[in-house]
Order: sequence, then structure tokens, then C-alpha cells
Amino acid sequence: MSDTGIGASVRRKEDLRFVQGAGKYTDDMNLVDQVHAYILRSPHAHAAVRSIDTSAARAGEGVVAVFTSEDMAEVGGIPCGWQVHSKDGSAMAEPKHPVLAEGKVRHVGDPVAVVLAESRTQARDAAESIFVDYDVLDAVVDMQAAVTDGATSVHDDVGTNVCYDWGLGDKDAVDEAFSNAHHVSRLDLVNNRLIPNAIEPRCAIGDYDQATGQFTLHTTSQNPHVIRLLMGAFVLGLPEHKLRIHAPDVGGGFGSKIFHYAEEIIVTWAAGQINRPVKWTADRSESFQSDAHGRDHVTTVELAMDADGKFLALRASTLANMGAYLSTFAPCVPTYLHGTLLAGQYSTPVIYCEVKAVFTNTVPVDAYRGAGRPEATYLLERIVQVAADDMGMDATDIRRRNFIQPSEFPYQTPVALIYDTGNYEASLDKALENSDYAGFGNRKAASKEAGKLRGIGISSYIEACGIAPSNVVGSLGARAGLYEAATVRVNPTGSVSVMTGSHSHGQGHETTFAQVVSEKLGIDFDSIDIVHGDTDRVPFGMGTYGSRSIAVGGTAIVNAIDKVVAKGKKIAAHLLETSESDIEFENGQFVVPGTDKAKAFGEIALAAYVPHHYPLEELEPGLEETAFYDPKNFTFPAGTYVCEVEVDPDTGTVEIASFHATDDFGVVINPMIVEGQVHGGLVQGIGQALLEGCNYDDTGQLLSGSYMDYTMPRATDVPSFSVDTTVTECTHNPLGVKGCGEAGAIGAPPAVINAVLNALSEVGVTNLDMPATPHRVWQAIRDAQAS
Amino acid sequence: MYSFDYKRPSSLDEATQMLRNSDDGHVLAGGHTLLPTLKQRLASASDLVDLAGIEELKGISSADGVVTIGAMTTHSEVAASSEVQNAIPALADLAGGIGDPQVRNKGTIGGSISNNDPAADYPAALVGLNATVNTTSRSISADNFFTGMFETALGDGEIVTSVSFPVPHSAAYCKFPNPASRYAIVGVFVARGSDGVRVAVTGAGASVFRAREIEAVLNQGFSASSVADIQVSDEGLNEDIHASAEYRAHLITVMTKRAVDKANG
Amino acid sequence: MSVTVSMIVNGKSVSAEVDPRTLLVDFLRVDQRLTGTHVGCDTSQCGACVVHVNGKSVKSCTMLAAQADGAEVATIESLAIDGQLHPMQEAFRQNHGLQCGFCTPGMIMSALDLVNVNSNPSEREIREWLEGNLCRCTGYHNIVKSIQAGAEAMSEV
Repeated sequence: MSDTGIGASVRRKEDLRFVQGAGKYTDDMNLVDQVHAYILRSPHAHAAVRSIDTSAARAGEGVVAVFTSEDMAEVGGIPCGWQVHSKDGSAMAEPKHPVLAEGKVRHVGDPVAVVLAESRTQARDAAESIFVDYDVLDAVVDMQAAVTDGATSVHDDVGTNVCYDWGLGDKDAVDEAFSNAHHVSRLDLVNNRLIPNAIEPRCAIGDYDQATGQFTLHTTSQNPHVIRLLMGAFVLGLPEHKLRIHAPDVGGGFGSKIFHYAEEIIVTWAAGQINRPVKWTADRSESFQSDAHGRDHVTTVELAMDADGKFLALRASTLANMGAYLSTFAPCVPTYLHGTLLAGQYSTPVIYCEVKAVFTNTVPVDAYRGAGRPEATYLLERIVQVAADDMGMDATDIRRRNFIQPSEFPYQTPVALIYDTGNYEASLDKALENSDYAGFGNRKAASKEAGKLRGIGISSYIEACGIAPSNVVGSLGARAGLYEAATVRVNPTGSVSVMTGSHSHGQGHETTFAQVVSEKLGIDFDSIDIVHGDTDRVPFGMGTYGSRSIAVGGTAIVNAIDKVVAKGKKIAAHLLETSESDIEFENGQFVVPGTDKAKAFGEIALAAYVPHHYPLEELEPGLEETAFYDPKNFTFPAGTYVCEVEVDPDTGTVEIASFHATDDFGVVINPMIVEGQVHGGLVQGIGQALLEGCNYDDTGQLLSGSYMDYTMPRATDVPSFSVDTTVTECTHNPLGVKGCGEAGAIGAPPAVINAVLNALSEVGVTNLDMPATPHRVWQAIRDAQAS
Repeated sequence: MYSFDYKRPSSLDEATQMLRNSDDGHVLAGGHTLLPTLKQRLASASDLVDLAGIEELKGISSADGVVTIGAMTTHSEVAASSEVQNAIPALADLAGGIGDPQVRNKGTIGGSISNNDPAADYPAALVGLNATVNTTSRSISADNFFTGMFETALGDGEIVTSVSFPVPHSAAYCKFPNPASRYAIVGVFVARGSDGVRVAVTGAGASVFRAREIEAVLNQGFSASSVADIQVSDEGLNEDIHASAEYRAHLITVMTKRAVDKANG
Repeated sequence: MSVTVSMIVNGKSVSAEVDPRTLLVDFLRVDQRLTGTHVGCDTSQCGACVVHVNGKSVKSCTMLAAQADGAEVATIESLAIDGQLHPMQEAFRQNHGLQCGFCTPGMIMSALDLVNVNSNPSEREIREWLEGNLCRCTGYHNIVKSIQAGAEAMSEV
């Protein structure tokens, strides 16, 4: 292993700029002659808009323009990228998602009007003088209430609040297995709504060049080409060659910057209207009301077992909140990213899952780190724990009894996926050893001495990364392909620029991808640059989400490198006067094995661009190759997490005493970066389990609308982690990689809650929903004592 | 923020004059409540009169069993003051636990108590220690200073100049923080002084208050076990998404016990 | 209405006429084009905007530029000298104490103030000091390690 190749903890290229404050984030840009946009948002969750009077605002100091939906009549609605079909074959309800409210507002924060002014303060001042005559309607907030007969409709043209009623699996077989079961464990649970809160608020700057007709949008996006396609083709009707999307350094995404947002449309369209650049930056309070939220499921799950605790069947029924409108990928999250994961690591023979997606007067809900897979893992790892308790079995024994065995791969689950590889017992064993699972009793006794309740919890998760292949996801309702693209440009003097469709917003692709290139081409790490985030520079790619970048984007790079090497062999063969089949490429040299004939990579590059001695009749000059890679299958990272907590029964405070993670990510390119990804994911998972709760009141007002009320994990809330890996290599990509970005957020919540409930079992508490805040834990203890 | 004029007087007289001459002037101390409130446009001011340039409002002194802290003294200065640490370690401890280090570097005792946020820490110390608030026109006992939610006895144009704390025999502060904001859900300051035990509670009600029934039992015996069986009534206590009134009532007992243990070292 | 503010920013005297409402962070980011200092919230909690004023860490989003009149202000851009990273910056890089980089300038400026008051902080003390700095990427694990390593490196200088 070289010190910059695959497997090395190379220090990150991007850090040199970030630690010096020299990163270039969208809001750091200020274009000449730009105006500032302020967006007037609805203060009501649900109201008819009778009229909007903008006259005073138009006369405001510094005001350049004021727009409402009437001005944007030519502009289309915000499209949804995935169409799910209900059990009965009907297509989901897909009401229009207007850019600015058309006749009705449907959540607090719904954009109503936009003011453009010379300064942000002037725009905000003027917006306060806009008079909107609202007729306030009953708000639909609770999902159960939303789906009962006679409920107010969020969308009049839909009639009900059900977006779709979807099912997956063999219901009859499941019902039969349940009727023959020795024991059925049952659990009602809530997967709490979360607010993503990347620390960089969203920002968008629209620019228009009248002389060329070129539009540019600088935006905080995880996938600029997706935005270009959606906004160009479906919203603004701009040809793609006249629309550039630039996502420079982006300060975290976690899913929330995948989606196409109204503000991106507003600034781009408005720049064309006034022929000046238009900038909008969210306040944090605005982020709370306008970034797509995550999770928000209410589920009943049942597990049927035989007398030995062998799983016979699983049945899950979920209400999934869509919020007021369908965000870009919202429909696929509770379905194809959730129902398909319900086998977990287990050989449960039959599974049935049904999901009713529900419109409510709340902010749209879409993918947030893990997206569907945390919800699946939570319900599964919670019901497995309940089952273990019901059956009087140890948490590890029941898992071992039901694990899919290494010999069974490739394994067809009853919920559509085919797992290519894995060794679940290996990661469980390692996690138990690292956490001294056997010594828990002593630690529990010590805690008890100190008046604390100690608990241990396990979660054995699986996730699916790099959702694919395109023809399959297309048949499931995806309105886009899910490949990735890369161009490897070898420069004449042998340095390499890689243009990738993946986007880095914290993941460290500039480093990891360069390691792959360095390893494959045998060239110096420092002579490789990774270019991303600009539709004018990189080939059409799908961006970064779903832990897909190394498995899909990385493979596209490898495939492009293979083409470079293949062409390089042809050039080398010519220069070395031998046949192409005699040439091998190793350690950055094209060699004829068994001879001293060799050409360095740089010599081949130079020959390609200065083709004086070159087979021009057979081969084009230049050395630049592009590959589009469409994966054959998902990848399936998996692992086991062991969490130990200590509960203070006097206050209900839960402290994480230790957390041990063992993950199988396949081949790891940069262990340092992978560990960092796990740490971050774990804290988001712990945040969901213990701290983060999005609260709406009955009128649809967001009560947790700032950091004063939405608990972000802080350094004192979490411990340092023990992170370890096992390896089974992915069988269907050349790097053997699986992806690591979301695992922590997927596996952690059930580990934490299982631990909390293990601790609280001493005082009679048997169930608790997330987040297990001190108040909630204290109340649960009190209620258990009272009953 | 709505527009305002910014003024920076160099003396208290000048400051008082500026406030009197303004339509709706506000005093700017550390700004850590006022500025966020102005930024969110939840408040407005015609003038901000910044007290940072007034030397007489700064500093900590100690004499005759009384520690006096200038109104513009920051929380981090109080926390780090050896005079405060020696005389009233509980006060230094409380100041060192307000907000976060950056808030403590700007936030001031005068600003905090003049604002009287129901979940702020300082009001508990003032009431618990039976402090005296000195202003541009008078001295007010802490018991009479905090009059209600975000309300104090301060009159128009009256500015807090310093706070005098009698040194207690022993004292301690225990806070159960709001997990999000880190303000107090319940904070209890207990102090044993020459005129008995005082127990001041912040975060739980509309404004800081004394828990007289707890004071009574602690006067009988200053130990955690004295409070063990006390069930504080939840009537009138705050309720929000982080804590019910019942939970707050319970936490008053728990935090008191912990504070007493801490005070007893 | 405007006010004149003069201060020393990263060792350089600067002066400008600004609206009294101008926050220090906007003065730095917009007027001085020092965009390393970031804004991540509007409730004075995230700490992405932390700079030093007269040697102490403050949240520049909760301070008027006018309040910094006459002060010495230091931002993240002041740390590296001729491309040579400050030991704390180097420690963040070596220990993978950052991912997206957005909170990093505030984290580093906060960490330096910690080292000023406590040259050898424990893990607990570091975590408590970071009360006012939010990070959504790293889970804090490597930030804590970075600050420990940075403090150690600074004490060796």
C-alpha cells in the first residue's frame, strides 16, 4: 500500500483551504450589481389567500421589484422526481407545488411573495409592508387525523390527504405464517420528525447574461445536474445549454440539499426579469421552515416466531408524512428505501409492508441522512429486541439464530433486494468483543451503586447504497437514471483532472477519489485534482446522496481510468514498437514484461498531446476518457452497534456511557475519512434517539423553530466513539466498496433506545418513543411506577 | 433589525441624558439578549445607548463581607475573579455556567438582571444571596427588584450600576438546563447566611422566586435529606415542549438536594 | 443614519461608514471581504461566526460593528503566516477535525481562546468549552482530538 493509495489515511486536500477560512461557499460570493431577495412566507399553516397588496412594498426604499405567483404565471410547479403507485395500481396523488403560493398557503413558511432590493435589510423592510389577506383554515397536522373520513384536505383537488397507499410483499403468505406462529411480538412506534440543519444555511444566487442568454445559478446543492434538469426542463423552460448550475463548497447537506427548492427558481427567474444578479440566503429560522424535514413515520410492526425464536414472518404498517407538498424524492423514501430493507440481516421468509403517505400542513418531508433505511432499521431492531424480551432470549442469541449465513449469498430477500455479500456474525462478534459485552453485569452493578440505571442495547443494521440499476428504478417510478459519470483528463505533462458528477459537501471526495486515481494510475497524489459541482465543467452526473459516491461515482472514475489505460497501451505499443497485447500497465509504467522496454505514464501523456510519433491513422490524439456507470445492484453495508447508557432516574437524563460500532463497508479507501463519516452519522443517530424532536402544535405552528427549542447535539451530549470494521468485498464493483455515509445514522437510534429501555426495564418501563429526552424518560418512569 | 441610532456615552450622566432624550431608547450592555431580539425584529429601539465606554460600571470589589460587581462586568470576568471565587464560589460557578464561553465573554450581570429572563441564572443568585441592586437613582433589594416575566423595578432611564452580594456561610447553584437553549429549565440557588437559608428558583416560574417551604425545612437542618420528602406544588409553574409543570416541580426538589450537597462540600 | 467605525482587523487598521445596524460579522464578511467567518444561525448558538475581539472569542453575529469600534479583531484569516498553518489549524487537518469546513473557522477561533485560558485542557473541558460551537458533520470526536493535539503543539512552540 502506498501512503497515498487505497487504504491509506491520507490527510485531506480540501482542508488546506477550509482550516484557513478560504473555502468558497455560495454566500461568500457577491456578484457585481446584485440585488437581495427576501421571501415573504406564510405565518399560517393553512389559509386561503384572498388578496395580496404589494403597492407599499414596491414603493419601499431600495426596492427593485416585488413578485407574487401572478407574475410567475409562465413558471411551472416544482416537479417531483419519483412516482409511486398504490396497491390498486393507481398513480400517487401529485398536486401542484407552486413556486409562490397560488390561492392557498399550506404550511408555515410557504413562500408567498418575493421582494428584491438593493440590500437585504431594505428587502425585509419592504416585505413587512406587503398586506396579505388570509382566510385561515383548519390545519391538518396529525397524520392519524389526516386520514380519517371528513378530515380537511390539504389539497382540494386531491380530496383526501392520502398521497398513495403502497404495499410490498406477499400479504397472504405473511398472514398465514402469523396464524401458525408460536408467538407474535407487536410494537407501535414513532420515528420522529427531524430537521436536517446542515450548519451552512441554503443560499442561491441567480445570474443572467442578456448578451448570451445564459443563466447561471450558484446554489447550495448536492447534485447540480439534477437541479439543472428539473429547473431547466420542468420549471423555467430553459434549454440546458443555456443554464449553468454551480454548487461550490457546500457546508453539509445530509439530504436536505438534494432537493429542488423554490428559492433556486425564484432567483434564477428574477435575475432574468430584472437583468441583475439576485441573491438569497436563508436565515436559520427560515431554514427550519423551508428545508425539507426528515423521517416522521408512525408504525405498527409485528414479528411472528416459532418456539425457538426463529422468525417466521414480519408485518409492518406505516403512516408516512409527506408534508404539504411532494418534495423531489419524497415518495420513494418510505417505500423503496424503507419497505425493501425490512429483511435486515435476517432470513425472515416472508414480509409484508404497507405504507400510506399522508399530506399535512407541515414542511415537506424528504430524504435525510439514511432516508427510509433508518426508519426500517429502527422498527426492525426494536421489534427484534421486543421479541427477545418476549421469548426470554438474549439480544445476541436471537440475532444469531436468524442471521443470513455467509454461505447463503447472494441472498434474495422477500422484499425485492438481492444482497450480494456479508458476514453479519463477524461484525456482531467484533462489536461484542470491543464493547466487553460479557462484562456488562459488573458495570451495571457499579452504576446501581451510584444510583444510576445502566442499560445495553444492540442494533444489527443493513443499509442499501447506490440505488440502482436505472432500468429497475425506472420501473419502480424513478423519473431519472441513477448512474454516475466521470471524465478523466490526462494533461499533456501527466497531471490529471477528474471531473466527477458526485458532489463533495464534507465527504472528502477531493482526497478519496484522488487516492483511487493515484493507486490506479500509479501517479503522484498531488498531481491529481478532483473537479465537481459545476455543470459547465463536469459530465452529466447525478450527485451525492444515499452513500453512493464511492460505489457509483468511484466506479465511474475507475472505468474512465481503464479506458485511459487501454488507450495508453495502444500509444505505448506504438512507441515501443510492439503489439498492444504485449503491454502491461503497472506502477505508472507501460511495460513489456520480461524486457526493459517501458514508457512512463507522463511520456504517454505527452505523446498523446504532441503526436509527432503517434499512430494518427488508427488513434485520435489526446488522453481524456469519460465513463458513465450504471450499477448492477445496490451495495449492502452492514454492521452491529453496541450502546451502553446510564440513566439518572431523578432527572431522566440519559448519558451515553460507551458506543462501539463495527461496520462492514467492504474495501475502505481512506480509513480516517470513513471513521469520520461514522462518527458524524452516529451523532445524528444519537441526536434522533435522545435529543432532536420537531414539534408542531395543533394549528401547525412549528414550536421547535430555532436552536432555542430544537436540540442539536453538542459536544457534551456525546462521547468519543470506538469504531471498527470487518470486510466482505462488494462483488459487483471493481473497487469492492460499499459506502459509509449513512450507516451511523441508520444503526444508532435502535441501539440507543434498546439500551435506554434495557436500563429502564428495572423500573418497569417497557416502551418509549424517540427522542428519549429527560422529561420523557422521567415521565415514563413515573407512569410505570404509578401503574 | 429595524433602524436605530447608536450612541456610546462615556459617563452615566451622559447615558441617562441620552435615554431621556430618546423616543424609545434602549440600554445596550453585552447585547446577548437585546441583539438577537432586535435581529428577529421582535423588538425595536430608536436609540441604542452602549454602556461599554463607561469605566465606572466595570470591576469587582470586596469589602466588609460584601462583594460588589459592576454592572458591565462580564460573566467570564465574574467566573474568573479570584475575589468572587474566594468569597462566594457559588457565584463564580454560576457565572461560569451561563450560556457558552462566547456568551460569557460579552454578556454582563447588569444586562442579564435588567432583562430578567425567567430562565436566566443570575436572578437566582441575586435572590438567593439577598443581594442589593444599585442603580443610577437608588438601591433595591433583590427580593423587590425582579417583579415579573421580563420585568423589574427599574424605572424609565434608570440604569443598574452594580450589584452587592453579602458573603454567605455557604452557597451553591444547581441547574437543569434546557437541552436546546441551555437556559435553566430549573435552577436552584441555595445560600446559608446570617439570616438563615434562602432558596431561589429560576426557570420554573414567570420570574425568579423563593421556595419558602424548602427554606423552612433547610433552616431546621441544612442537608439534602431534609428536602427529600418535599413535594413542590406545580401550580403556576411554566410548561413548554421541554418540561411540564409537574416535571419542573420535581426538578426543584432534585436540584435543591444537589445544591445543598454541593454547598456542604 | 450611519456611524463611523474604526478598528484593527488582522493587524490592519480599517475604517468605514456603516449603518448602525451592521453586525460585526457582516462588516467582516461584506465590507472587509473576510469570508472565512460564517453565519450558521440567528440565535447566537452555532458559533460559526466566532472571532476574537481584543483577544477574547465572541460571536460576531451578536455584536454590532459599532461595538467593536477601537478594538482589535482577529479572524481565521489571521492565523496562517505565509501559507504556514497555525499549529491549531494543522492539528485540525492532521486529526480530521473537519468535514464540510463550515463550522471550522469558528471552532478553531474558539479553541484558541480555550488554550489561552487553559493550556492543557482535558477531553471534558474541551467538550464543555464547545458549548457554543455546533458541528453537524464530525460528531465532535475528531474536533476534540484536534484541539487536544493543537493545545499540545502550541505548548511546545
